[in-house]
Amino acid sequence: MSVRRLDPNQPDSFAFTPENIEWTKGQIAKYPEGRQASAVIPMLWQAQKQEGWVTEPAIEVIADMLGMAKIRVLEVATFYTMFNLSPVGKHFVQLCGTTPCWLRGADDLKAVCRKHIGDPSTVSDDGQLSWMEVECLGACSNAPMVQINDDYYEDLTAENFAQILEDLRAGREVKPGPQAARKGSEPLGKLTSLTTPITAEGAE
Amino acid sequence: MPKVTVDGIEVEVDASATVLQACELAGAEIPRFCYHERLSIAGNCRMCLVEVERAPKPVASCAQPVTDGMVVHTKTEKVKRAREGVMEFLLINHPLDCPICDQGGECDLQDQAMGYGIDNNRYVENKRAVEDKDMGPLIATTMTRCIHCTRCVRFITEVSGVAELGATGRGEDMEITTYLEKALTSELQGNVIDLCPVGALTSKPYAFTARPWELKKTETIDVMDAMGSNIRVDSRGREVMRVLPRVNEAINEEWISDKTRFIWDGLKTQRLDRPYVREDGKLRVATWDEAFAKIAEKVASTTPDKMAAIAGDLADVESMKALKDLMVSLGVTNLDCRQDGAKIGTGGRGSYIFNSGIEAIEESDALLVIGSNPRLEAPVLNARIRKQWTKGGFPIGVVGEDTDLTYPTDYLGAGTDTLKQIIDGSHPFARVMEVAENPMIIVGQGALTREDGEAVLTAIIAYAKSTGVIKDGWNGFNVLHTAAARVGGLDLGFLPGEEGRDTQAILDGAAAGAIDLVFLLGADEIETKSLGNAFVVYQGTHGDAGAHCADVILPGAAYTEKSGLYVNTEGRVQMAKRAAFPPGDAREDWAILRALSAKLGKALPYDSLRDLRAALYEDVPHFATLDDLTPVEVPQGSATGAMSATPFTNAIKDFYMTNPIARASKVMADCAALAKGTDKGATGTHG
Repeated sequence: MSVRRLDPNQPDSFAFTPENIEWTKGQIAKYPEGRQASAVIPMLWQAQKQEGWVTEPAIEVIADMLGMAKIRVLEVATFYTMFNLSPVGKHFVQLCGTTPCWLRGADDLKAVCRKHIGDPSTVSDDGQLSWMEVECLGACSNAPMVQINDDYYEDLTAENFAQILEDLRAGREVKPGPQAARKGSEPLGKLTSLTTPITAEGAE
Repeated sequence: MPKVTVDGIEVEVDASATVLQACELAGAEIPRFCYHERLSIAGNCRMCLVEVERAPKPVASCAQPVTDGMVVHTKTEKVKRAREGVMEFLLINHPLDCPICDQGGECDLQDQAMGYGIDNNRYVENKRAVEDKDMGPLIATTMTRCIHCTRCVRFITEVSGVAELGATGRGEDMEITTYLEKALTSELQGNVIDLCPVGALTSKPYAFTARPWELKKTETIDVMDAMGSNIRVDSRGREVMRVLPRVNEAINEEWISDKTRFIWDGLKTQRLDRPYVREDGKLRVATWDEAFAKIAEKVASTTPDKMAAIAGDLADVESMKALKDLMVSLGVTNLDCRQDGAKIGTGGRGSYIFNSGIEAIEESDALLVIGSNPRLEAPVLNARIRKQWTKGGFPIGVVGEDTDLTYPTDYLGAGTDTLKQIIDGSHPFARVMEVAENPMIIVGQGALTREDGEAVLTAIIAYAKSTGVIKDGWNGFNVLHTAAARVGGLDLGFLPGEEGRDTQAILDGAAAGAIDLVFLLGADEIETKSLGNAFVVYQGTHGDAGAHCADVILPGAAYTEKSGLYVNTEGRVQMAKRAAFPPGDAREDWAILRALSAKLGKALPYDSLRDLRAALYEDVPHFATLDDLTPVEVPQGSATGAMSATPFTNAIKDFYMTNPIARASKVMADCAALAKGTDKGATGTHG
């Protein structure tokens, strides 16, 4: 964690797209009259989905839409680390550096990021990629892993991670999920527990 | 009601009370930083930990409701160690810069660290450093010292009603800031300086000028508005160093407006410290004798009907009494204390005071504001209205200008047309007033300073009687004044005598040559251009509009430099005390008038303030009742004229520039410039 501030370079304006306006109306309608402020987190999230990050004009637009003081929206936006207060790449890599991933080689992935993208929290020159280290994303059994936009990429090695980054950069299709030969968080290779078949009488 | 045992003492408390309140009732001292009885409960400083039997851990007493049979211990070893632990945590990131901190000597953290902390610190890592924030010309920030109690955020949001402060980030990176570091716009923002338990928010104008222990503290009364807020003036030698609020539940609770708090630099600049006389069109320094001789010469050659006196907004009752007596002895009937031209003072005392009292706003359940902007005319009173609004069930209707009062209002209309609809019951808000148990009307000077002011007042009084605003046991008919001197002047009868001229007529008379001598007692808010060729005697404190047009200037004492009575808008008589001496040759005002009366051969029959007050109490007995409200008869309307359809315009346009002291203050000038900037922003011409 570090001090979170709005980016010094801000766009002039922000407006939700017509589809997003409809979507936000639905969010606001979820809450009783006078409690519209409850929709602030989904609204910020949708603004981030639209723009890639939460901009100052977006904060002001959302404050107006919900009848909140601007400072209240800023408080929420700076409180949650899931809101990006600076621009991110088209493919935003969140790299888990917490103990299980670190033990399984997160440092190697970091080196890949530095080599293929650059310093953390800076967007690559082509605007395609940016990365930052985050705390545990809860996929420890498939460590090490990263989250790129909405998808998890697990069981990474320096090689296959570098390939994913280059494929994304080139606009090629990549496969989310475990990159090793397994499904979900099943054991690698064969099952190591619950190996006996279960019958009507129970386990043998 | 639940019974709670605190340190062996059983107390009975309200079911809604917290453990901390129960402890206080039982006489146990609980240290705290974030808890404040006038703000919502945050429970984030953890300093108020106490031990509750059958609770597994120490309990934050400020946020814990009482239950029947609760047994609380506040002096056990466990509590002591808990407090030491919390204090050690608080001091992890708090700089030990007390010697260079303005809060030093009056710091909650300093005091409580001495009282409840331990003597050393096991923390050796670097302390957190936080960038200072710009919050405008009044509040200096040293955010590294902030302990995140959020009292300032809660005050600005809840009491002042302008949600501009907030806490961004979280954990140790939490920072108190305004949105994008814009200056605060609240008229009550100075109170966060008092609320801040550490030196994070301090007074910018007072920064590094004095230490609390070297100040002489004088408990006195404020005159910046008609509230009569209770204040403490801190002075060093002849200099007023700062102004702080005193607690008075009936008037200002413990808040004061920024004008009250930051006015003091105006007491040092533009002062009239010697008598002046005008010779060949230029003012020159003179002696008292020369000044008096010049006035005596003029008085001798002028007939009483060509003389007039106007009392200003900051005049104390004693000086108005002395001036009135002097004028009456000269046979002058052209007297007026209403320099704004308000058409009040003829219908009995009940027709021009805030009858219900300020505290009774909290008993009211509907409010109609007519021709007033209480946010600018009496910000602390406005906070009381807001307080009642936050409790719910308090509809507020506004007739007059549509302004942001910091709480939502029903804007009903601009002028007398709407008022007529309410009176005849055809307006929906009339129903609201009708069904309310304790309806209240606040009439501002904006509705009364017009040509038809008397007719408006009469109509409102009649409506008040018909709709239950005035009834047995409740009088919610309230006039909100803007000048500290006004009610005192009206009580005293500083009004035109038989065939006397009022302020406007005096000015018109002077312009037309019918008035030759005008005595201004600190009256600066009049059209001084209209005074034309009249001989003007200005007695006052500052080189403002009145002094500029004067032929003789008599330097008087400001409200912090004399003992004087002031009557607030409620009709509450309070005594201001002397905190410092007037500068140079300036004298207390009543004494100047007494000396002048002797030179005019009409020596006033009192030689001391005590004698003057005795005479005053004989004339108007209720002046002798200090600090309390005296019962008042039901108001009577006196006019028969019709109301014009012109919309009401509020009395105060520029909150920070309403009197000569404020106009001499640099801090107020900065605030006024900032406020003007904000106004420009509101029109949509900003970025």
